[in-house]
Amino acid sequence: MTVGSDAGAAPAPVTEPPGIHRVRDGASEDAGGSAPRARAERARRARGGRGAGYWLRLLAAVVISLVILFPLYWMVVVALSTRSELLGGDLRLWPRSFTLENFRGVFSSFPIATWFGNSVAIALTVALITVTISMLAGYAFAQLRFRGSNVLFLLALSTLMLPVQVIMVPLFRLVSDARLYGTYWAVILPTAASAFGVFLARQFILSIPKDIIDAARIDGAGHARIFRSIVLPLSKPLLAVLFFMNLLQTWNDFAWPLIALKENALYTLPIGLLYLQGQFGSDYGGTMAFALINVGPMVLLFLVFQRYFVQGFARSGIR
Amino acid sequence: MTASPRRDPVPARRRGARTGSRREALAGYSFVAPNMVLLLVFVLVPLVWAVLISFQRTDGFGTGRYIGLENYSRLVTDPVFWRSTANTVLFTVIVTPLSMAIGLGIAVLLNSVLPARGLFRSILILPMAISGVATALIGVLIFDQDTGVLDKLLQSVGLPAVAWQSNGTAAFASVVLVTLWWRVGFNMLIYLAGLQAINPELYEAARLDGANRWQQFRYITVPLVGPSSFFLLILNVVYSFQVFDIVFVMTDGGPENATSVLVTYAYNNGFVTGDQGYAAAIGVVLLLLTLLFTVLRWRTSRTRDLVE
Repeated sequence: MTVGSDAGAAPAPVTEPPGIHRVRDGASEDAGGSAPRARAERARRARGGRGAGYWLRLLAAVVISLVILFPLYWMVVVALSTRSELLGGDLRLWPRSFTLENFRGVFSSFPIATWFGNSVAIALTVALITVTISMLAGYAFAQLRFRGSNVLFLLALSTLMLPVQVIMVPLFRLVSDARLYGTYWAVILPTAASAFGVFLARQFILSIPKDIIDAARIDGAGHARIFRSIVLPLSKPLLAVLFFMNLLQTWNDFAWPLIALKENALYTLPIGLLYLQGQFGSDYGGTMAFALINVGPMVLLFLVFQRYFVQGFARSGIR
Repeated sequence: MTASPRRDPVPARRRGARTGSRREALAGYSFVAPNMVLLLVFVLVPLVWAVLISFQRTDGFGTGRYIGLENYSRLVTDPVFWRSTANTVLFTVIVTPLSMAIGLGIAVLLNSVLPARGLFRSILILPMAISGVATALIGVLIFDQDTGVLDKLLQSVGLPAVAWQSNGTAAFASVVLVTLWWRVGFNMLIYLAGLQAINPELYEAARLDGANRWQQFRYITVPLVGPSSFFLLILNVVYSFQVFDIVFVMTDGGPENATSVLVTYAYNNGFVTGDQGYAAAIGVVLLLLTLLFTVLRWRTSRTRDLVE
């Protein structure tokens, strides 16, 4: 019922589980916000809002957005510009002519398609594993009572604070000793252990009424069955968020793949990007063309998934 | 944890719960097992191992030899280590409050009456989708001393060009600026969620009592986004302690260690110089810093109960 529907892109449902608020596009309205007084207040403010303050706020928002967008715009401009145009001394904020020369250059000099494939394979595998094991653990921590569960949960959470650089030397040795060094799995397995995923899953599954689960228990369902037939279907929005977050994170991951991947043929896009920059030096055209290939897919996905992503953060129980 | 009140504690149901508790525990352990095994093997075991390695001399990739506290005593007299520690702390002290303050400011702005709020929000959080390497390379492009667009912009309005790459302070500033560009959207997003949970009637009551906008912000907004602030403080500090991609790609610690931080120094020792014992010791120092911060913050926190 409410649990399943309220986190989707659907319009605001009337009832929501307590303690969960959605991020809305609307101005500050409270969770149940249908009080006529609040609506009247909003209308009053909207009418009276066209003063100097309104235009100042709009100006500020535009300026801030331009500051955020400009570096991205500049990346695209440089990727589409010729080398000579970039080296010209005068300031030119838009290119005189567009060229795909930079893209042709990096594609002919580097195995970009292979790197792209590596990134896709690694990111998809990590996301699948992480979502699965995070959901399982999240269900156990949220709905099952067993000795030591709190300790285990805190232990998992405490690993959130641990920088990978603290453990990179032994992790490297571990992966070498297990003969994983130089394989996909060297990146995948250490990355798949996610404490944040467990945290998010637990917070979400806590909001599933225990009565539903108790009812299924009385009907004789085991926990595997409850997980599959009740928790997973109710958690579709969470699954989307978790999957996308992990995909994004793994796609962009740098420090550990840099250590774990030796051969050029196994590089992911960020590692390839760094390698290419080392080879190309200050040929910004080629570097930015490749940067676009790295950034493009995730920006597109991000724009599509954004709603879920934002809600996922908002309901992770941090308030 | 799961304090869902049971309205009808039927005895039969209680008995059912008790006989099922063993099976419940078994299910619990097997459900958490996959995740726990991965965490154990790839995080906790390496963590203990890292401490052990920090007491070893390791040349190249061979097995180490125990040398007691020698790596640590070497740290004490290593100026690059101290510079890296100072830079890490400085970076944290600058980036954390700035990204939180700017994030809160923009969140308040986007929470007010404004057209196209959704569009502005999307633009602001867009950097979250961009990899650290790409972000850093865009930074390199923009801050280039010879062809960078920023210096050209500065000169076109009559300001002097800045030596972003050869001047230590300027290089540090460029790393901070790029980090802010990358991180502010996330802070804004969390604050926006916090703001939307505030009951607008509080502001109305405050207005009736004659509070001006600053007073409303100071005495309603700031305290009520406390839990968000607590969460962001921890996340920003932990992130700042671990900053790697941006520094590694933009400056690699240069010029003359002006931007060297603990993790880039550890990486360079462990995987460039091949001095793994020393790198592990630097990692342990980083871990102690993180723990120290966590304990301090936890002890002084008044809002911690609201976080969970």
